[in-house]
Amino acid sequence: MIDRETVKHVAQLARLGMTEEEVDIFASQLSVILENIAILQQVDVSGVSPTAHASRLSNIMRPDIPQPSYAPEILLANAPDQEANSLKIRAVFEESSLT
Amino acid sequence: MTELYQLTIHEAGELLRERKISSVELTKAHLDRIRDVDGKVKAFTLVTDELALQQAREADQRLRDGLALSPLTGIPLAIKDLICTKGITTSCSSNMLKNFKPPYDATVMEKLNATGAVMLGKTNMDEFAMGSSTEHSAFFVTRNPWDLERAPGGSSGGSSAAVAAGMAMGALGSDTGGSIRQPASLCNVVGLKPTYGRVSRYGLVAFASSLDQIGPFARNARDAALILQAIAGPDPRDSTCAPNPVPEYTEKLNGSIKGLRIGVPEEYWVEGAQPGTVKAVRNDIEKLREMGAEIREVSLPHTKYGVPVYYIIAPAEASANLARYDGVKYGYSYRDTNDMWEALEKTRQFGFGPEVKRRIMLGTYALSSGYYDAYYKQAEKVRTLITEDFTRSFEHVDVLVSPASPSVAFKIGEISDPYQMYLQDVFTIPANLAGICGVSIPGGFSNGLPVGLQILGNFFAEDLILRVADAFERVTDYHTCWPRAV
Repeated sequence: MIDRETVKHVAQLARLGMTEEEVDIFASQLSVILENIAILQQVDVSGVSPTAHASRLSNIMRPDIPQPSYAPEILLANAPDQEANSLKIRAVFEESSLT
Repeated sequence: MTELYQLTIHEAGELLRERKISSVELTKAHLDRIRDVDGKVKAFTLVTDELALQQAREADQRLRDGLALSPLTGIPLAIKDLICTKGITTSCSSNMLKNFKPPYDATVMEKLNATGAVMLGKTNMDEFAMGSSTEHSAFFVTRNPWDLERAPGGSSGGSSAAVAAGMAMGALGSDTGGSIRQPASLCNVVGLKPTYGRVSRYGLVAFASSLDQIGPFARNARDAALILQAIAGPDPRDSTCAPNPVPEYTEKLNGSIKGLRIGVPEEYWVEGAQPGTVKAVRNDIEKLREMGAEIREVSLPHTKYGVPVYYIIAPAEASANLARYDGVKYGYSYRDTNDMWEALEKTRQFGFGPEVKRRIMLGTYALSSGYYDAYYKQAEKVRTLITEDFTRSFEHVDVLVSPASPSVAFKIGEISDPYQMYLQDVFTIPANLAGICGVSIPGGFSNGLPVGLQILGNFFAEDLILRVADAFERVTDYHTCWPRAV
């Protein structure tokens, strides 16, 4: 039901690196799961509205009052890389991509 | 003689307040118990012994002063390792968060700390709460104290095993599709999933936000009520948290279920449940009838769609929630490249385990262009039908009862097919989809292994399901049985 190309496409959407072996495994496992889930298609849902969450609340609001937040060093304590009180990440745009 | 670790929370609480025992003694007894048996059970990912003893000394001071006492003051508890604890590793049993130390406490931790409860440590789980056996922990497998060859259930298997083996008097877990009730069932303890919105989820690492709830484990209903009392209630930091007032749960435990209308959903008996489980729960229902309850057969016709709906909705939400693990802000980060996309993909490839990847893939697929209407939208609509099944039932009955799990504890490694593992939650998932509350309590044994009796209640009917659970415990002794294997 799910072929290797679909697995690779979905993995790319999820930004999930994957070995060729994993592609095979997921193709077969996801196919089995989807076959079992397929009975959902039999249910007559005409006129039924969707449920997005189980809460019976909507739009709980609080006053928008500025609050003190955490110091940068606390928030950065778990960061893999940092510089000058900022997260340090790899270049998003390389020079070559701008030409 | 009863060992200190065998006391219930309400018994120990009285002894503490009467100054007959100290919290330090009680806490040491549990740390000793952990030292003695956790090498075999492996329930804890982290034992915070120094902190526990410090909290116990503070609790003893409070007890001496007689100030601001709570039923949980000085009581040692275990915490599932997906609840944020300030400065203390919160790993979700994942390599992704192996070294993550949250900068803040979850609301439930603030509340427990305010009562003067003692935290013994953090407990093992299926990675990111995805699983029904605790075999999907990235670190190690937790074993069932009733039979060390068997799984404790999951995903909160560390919490249920810790409470069952006397390594903690109670624990917190989380339940997205059964992750409190199913391991409680397999380990012979009480595990309660509150109504969606009853307990704040601020500081709970998100799995499926429309389903997740934090709840207690304990060795009896009264103790579970005491823990729920401490953690329930509104929280301005969680907008899904309900403003409804929290009743005094223990005051409602009057031992009587005379005239209570108890529904038995016919669909919960047809498929897949082991004969031994069915027999035990049928006996439990007979017992409830003898106690004066009125037993009525009811129908929840959309039950069989629960697992399929769940395995669209939960992975879809998980795929969005887990998008945050990118190796930039915190958590595991693949460093061996200068390419941003490669770093992102490899961070997620090496940081997540197989079950988490499977669900991210499933959820991403269900939400992707061309499949959204067929899968996600359809699942949301069938979710409405499942909720309406419960709404209709609760017009005729006060609570529903069923097995909590289709089987007793299974052998580690026995269930290798992912979908077969998913079916472990066939009786627990519908309550999460509808948002109602449920509890699993010790309901007998099959071949020497525990069977859980599930009691489901309407929205915010925790007091009622706890009353039924407590009344049942007064005429049975299943909950007083200790596991043989430890």
